[in-house]
This record gives sequence, structure tokens and C-alpha cells, in this order.
Amino acid sequence: MPATGLSVKAQTGIAGFDEVTGGGLPKGRTTLLVGGPGSGKTIFSVQFLAYGAKVCKEPGIFVAFEEAPKRIVANLRGFNWKLEELQRQKLYFMDAQPMPELIQSGNFDLGGLLAALETKAREIGARRIVFDAMDVLLALLPDEAMRRREMHRLHQWLLDHELTALVTAKAGGQELGSPHEQPFGFMQFMVDCSVILNHRVDQGVSQRNLRVQKYRGCSFNEDESPFVIGKDGFDVAMAHTLGRADAEVSFERVSSGVKRLDTMLGGGYYRGACVLITGFPGTAKTTLSGAFAEAACRRGERTMFVSFDSDGSEVVRNLTSVGIQLARYVKSGHLRMISARTITGSAETLLVRIKSLVKQHKARCLVIDPVSALSKAGNELTAHAVAERLIDWSKSAGITLVCTSLLDEVSGPAANASPLQVSTMADTWIHLNYLVQAGERNRGMSIIKSRGTSHSNQVRELILSDKGVTLADIYTAGGEVLMGTLRWQKESAERVTNEVAEVAGKLKRVCLDAEEAVLEVRAKSLKTELVAKQVEKALLVRTTESRKRELSGGRRRMRELRGADVAKPAKPARKRSGNEPKS
Amino acid sequence: MSRNPRFKFRLYVAGDTENSARALSNLRALCGKLLENRHEIEIVDVFREPGRALEDRVFMTPTLVKLSPAPIQRIIGTLSDTESIVQALGFWTLAV
Repeated sequence: MPATGLSVKAQTGIAGFDEVTGGGLPKGRTTLLVGGPGSGKTIFSVQFLAYGAKVCKEPGIFVAFEEAPKRIVANLRGFNWKLEELQRQKLYFMDAQPMPELIQSGNFDLGGLLAALETKAREIGARRIVFDAMDVLLALLPDEAMRRREMHRLHQWLLDHELTALVTAKAGGQELGSPHEQPFGFMQFMVDCSVILNHRVDQGVSQRNLRVQKYRGCSFNEDESPFVIGKDGFDVAMAHTLGRADAEVSFERVSSGVKRLDTMLGGGYYRGACVLITGFPGTAKTTLSGAFAEAACRRGERTMFVSFDSDGSEVVRNLTSVGIQLARYVKSGHLRMISARTITGSAETLLVRIKSLVKQHKARCLVIDPVSALSKAGNELTAHAVAERLIDWSKSAGITLVCTSLLDEVSGPAANASPLQVSTMADTWIHLNYLVQAGERNRGMSIIKSRGTSHSNQVRELILSDKGVTLADIYTAGGEVLMGTLRWQKESAERVTNEVAEVAGKLKRVCLDAEEAVLEVRAKSLKTELVAKQVEKALLVRTTESRKRELSGGRRRMRELRGADVAKPAKPARKRSGNEPKS
Repeated sequence: MSRNPRFKFRLYVAGDTENSARALSNLRALCGKLLENRHEIEIVDVFREPGRALEDRVFMTPTLVKLSPAPIQRIIGTLSDTESIVQALGFWTLAV
């Protein structure tokens, strides 16, 4: 038995599947593909062969047990696989449908099949092989022992030839969990890898899932991965695995389209970030995202605007009323408006469509309005995962994503989280709100979070006018937030008050000036008076003194004239006390 | 249809596996008993001539093809169930 290491994988070229399995199907081994009718088994297997033949230089054989090869090829013409071209050399469809008039008598084996395969495999150098609808063949084999024997024989033959084989088989649907109940149950144990396709309808919405049940010697994603069958075949939804390298982060800022909002965010959104705008209906979510789209187009970046609510042209027209002119960018080809109202199907389908449209348009900025539309009827279960992958994908592609999300008015602002829980994944979350006051509804805008950027904590009033979107500071007075007319009234009242106060101040000043002047005058006259008094006083002193002098001078003269004995009036008294005078 | 038509058979076998060997001996016995010598048996070994298995779309071995008289019929297996073969191939026209 040839020892082909299981680490070697055969790429399937199926978007997402190679990631789920870490590279594809086990090379040189057999894989069982089980699914109900219409679950996409044939498409999966033909895609595997076509990719092998076209890209991997591995020619393949398709053994059709159930359907005529011609019909298969015709049915798959819708996919862009160029089967007719490949069929010339690298792809062979073997018609192995059992003939209807076949009569069975006694035991038989698959010797003829192996012989035929042997010839063909050698002829085209086949490396891949598909057995489509093995259950049809197994049904011909009369008993379990024989089925087992023939399958083992076939398996051994495949191993000997080191062919990467894919065996498809129909399954009843529900009881996929228990391999024992299946007619091909033993095959589950024989093969090295087994994949289950599931197709169910939830509330009228088709949901397809793929699950790798086993993969020998290899780790794989064990969860159900949703998939869709698109234009290029299978597209398996793939969540970010831990092993994958993180997307490159950018420090570049891109404008939100509203100048003051950019300032609030410290420069704008980050390039490649996911921005969530939540709010009730009519809170200008679309307007805010339209402003972003316009700014992106003005920078010359290719942008896509996906609207679930209205037609692209309606959005363009409606935004004109608030001064956002998108029409010229639609015309120049920078902006692509997609009305997703017409796209029906599961959230998964929508994601795939959006992804392929974005790729086609080579968009760098993407607006999804609203992302909550993903959870429309029948999609509640998957919508969250889809939103998650949308964000993951846009990040890895470096696309700046602005999603709006409708909040249910019934659930009220208490349930502030967005229904898809996008809010936890979003980098920047802007919440728009109504404030009803004095018979007015006004829009308030606040930044709930913005990772990695300093941002204002203040609620701003969002004002829409024909000149565009602007933000205004809201007025807080006495713990009350005022918006709209009330804010305007309050502001003008304040202006008046200010004016009055200013005038009053001026008046007071004049009064004070006057008083000051009066006092100054009074001070001056008092000073003069003081001087006069001082002069008067000095005069008084002088006259008194001169009179005194005159008086004493007069007495001496009188004494001299009288010639009386000189006796000092005070001395006689002292002499009488018996004391000698000192001088 | 003539009273005594000549039967032409082709038996596809897979080498000398047990099933193939048994089919051949069963066929010979049957023909010898019912058709005396009004038959031809061509044996194709798909392992030796794999191209023919592919062309003739013989995927299960052994396969017996009755080429004539018309219609062409195919029987797979070891041909052990004599009765069903006799009925299917129209041998009964002879047996009566």
C-alpha cells in the first residue's frame, strides 16, 4: 500500500472549504460526501474535478451512476468551469448508470468498472476521481456483505492507484448523526475523510450547511459552515481561524463626512475599521452613512453603498435634501449603489453577493444600510454569524465598513445593544437618539465607543439642513439637556442676559466715576481748607508769642523805669521756707 | 421468430475470479441443456481488454449479453438462478 502522507492535500478550489480542512481533501485517499437530494453533492464534486484539471494539473474522472454525463455537463453549464473544454483531455465523464433492463442472477462484482477505470485513468493520467451517487450502485448489490466487499475492493483499487477520490452518497436527511443506520455506514469507517452537506429551510429561507465529520490525521473545523452555491460554484462561509494572520492595521484616518464628528473622534474613523451607527428609524443613520460615502468619493476612493431599505436612486435623491451630492459620483463610477431589497435569500446568500459585488467594484469603503436587515425572516439564527464574517472579511480586505443598525423602538433604549450584537465587534459605535422635549423631536448623537481613539464623551445635537450635516453643542442647564428650539431659546436668552449685564456694568462704572470725581473735588477743597486753617493757626501762634514778648518786655521796662527792688515773684516764697537758692 | 433461433451470447468476465468462473460454467451447462448446439459464446475478459468494458459499459462482472435473437438483453451475476434466466431470455419458447 503506498504511503501517501495525509498531510498532503488536494486543493478543491472551493472558496472556504480548503480553509475548513486546512488545504483540501486528503490526497491519494478517499472522501465520502454525504447529503440529501439537492444538497449540492454533484456540484461540489464536479467543482473539485474541474479545479484539479484546470489549476492543479490533475486530470479527473467523473463516474456517474445516477445521471447521464451529458445532462450533468449541461446542468452545470451555468458555472464558469469550461467543462466542455476540459473534457477534451483532462476530464472524463463515465456513464455508469445501471441499465434499466438489467436482470440480476447471482453474485457479481465490480470487476468491469475497475477495468474500465483502469484504462481511462491510464489514458488521461487521472489523479482525481469522483463516484457520484454511489448509493445507486450499492442498491444493486444484494446484501450487506457484498456491499462491504465491493466497496473495500474499490477502495483498495483507489489506494493502489493513489487517486484522490470523492464518493458521494444520498442521505435521508435527519439521521445524519448515526452512520450505522445508513446503507453506506461502513463506508464512513473506511474513508479518510467524510463531509456532510445539509440543506434545510427555516421559515421559508433556504439554509445550506457543510460539515466535515471526520478527517484522519488532520485537524479541521468541526462546526457546520454555511455555504451558498453561487455563480462560481460553492462558497463556504469561513470564520476567522486562530491560525490566520491578523489583517494589517492602519493608523490612517478617514473622514466621517461630518467635520465636527471627525474632531470628536480625534480625526475620523480608522481606515479598515468597522463603524456601527445605531438608532431608531429616522434618526439620520442613512444620512450619516451617506456623508461618509460622499467623503470617500471626494477622496477618490471607490465606494459601495448597499441599501436594504430603498432603491439606490432613492437614497441618492433623498440625501440631496441634506446637501449630500452622490449623483455625480455614481455617474463617475466611484460610487456604486446597490439596492439589496431585490436580493432575496438567506443571510449567507446576501453576504456572498455583497462580497462578490465589492470585489467586482474594488471598493475601499462600504456602507451597509442597515445591517440589521440580515436578520430578516428566517435568518435570525445565522444573521449574527454572517455579520461577524462580514466584519471579519472587510477587515481582512482593509475595507472601511460603515453599518447602520436599526433599533427596535419597542424594545426601547434600554436594550441599547444592536440586535445582531455587531456592537461588540464594531470599532466605533455611534448612537443616534431622539430627545422629545417641548413638543419637539431632536436628534442627539453620541459616540458610545471608539477603539483606539480618544473621543468626546459629549452628546451632540445632529442638525440636518440643506447645507449639510452639522453638529451643535447641546445646552445643559441645571442638569437638563436642551436641544432644538429650546436650546436656541436658551441660547438667545443667555445672549440677552449677557447684553443687559454688560450695559448695567457700564452704567455702574459711569456712576462710580462720577462719585469718584465728586469725592476728589471734595478732597481738594478740604485740603485747601486745611491749609487755610494751618496758616491761621500759625498766625495765631505768632501773634500770641509776640504779644507775650511785648508784655514781658514791657514789665521789665516798667520796673526799670520805676526802679523798684528786684525780687522775683516766686523767690520770696521759697526763701521763707529757709532754703538757700542755688544760684 | 424462427422455431429454432440461434443464440449469440457474450460473457464479460473479470479474469478468473470465482464469480466469473461460476458464471461461465453455469452458462455452459444451461446452454448445453436447453439449446443443444444452437449457440455461440464469446468471452471477454475485462482485465485483458479493459477498453471493451468501457465501450460496452460493462461495469459489473460477470455480465452476460444476449446479442441475438433480439432484443439484446443483459444479465449480471453468476447466472445461478436458472429459472429467472430461462424466463428472461425467452428460452421457454424452446422448452415448450
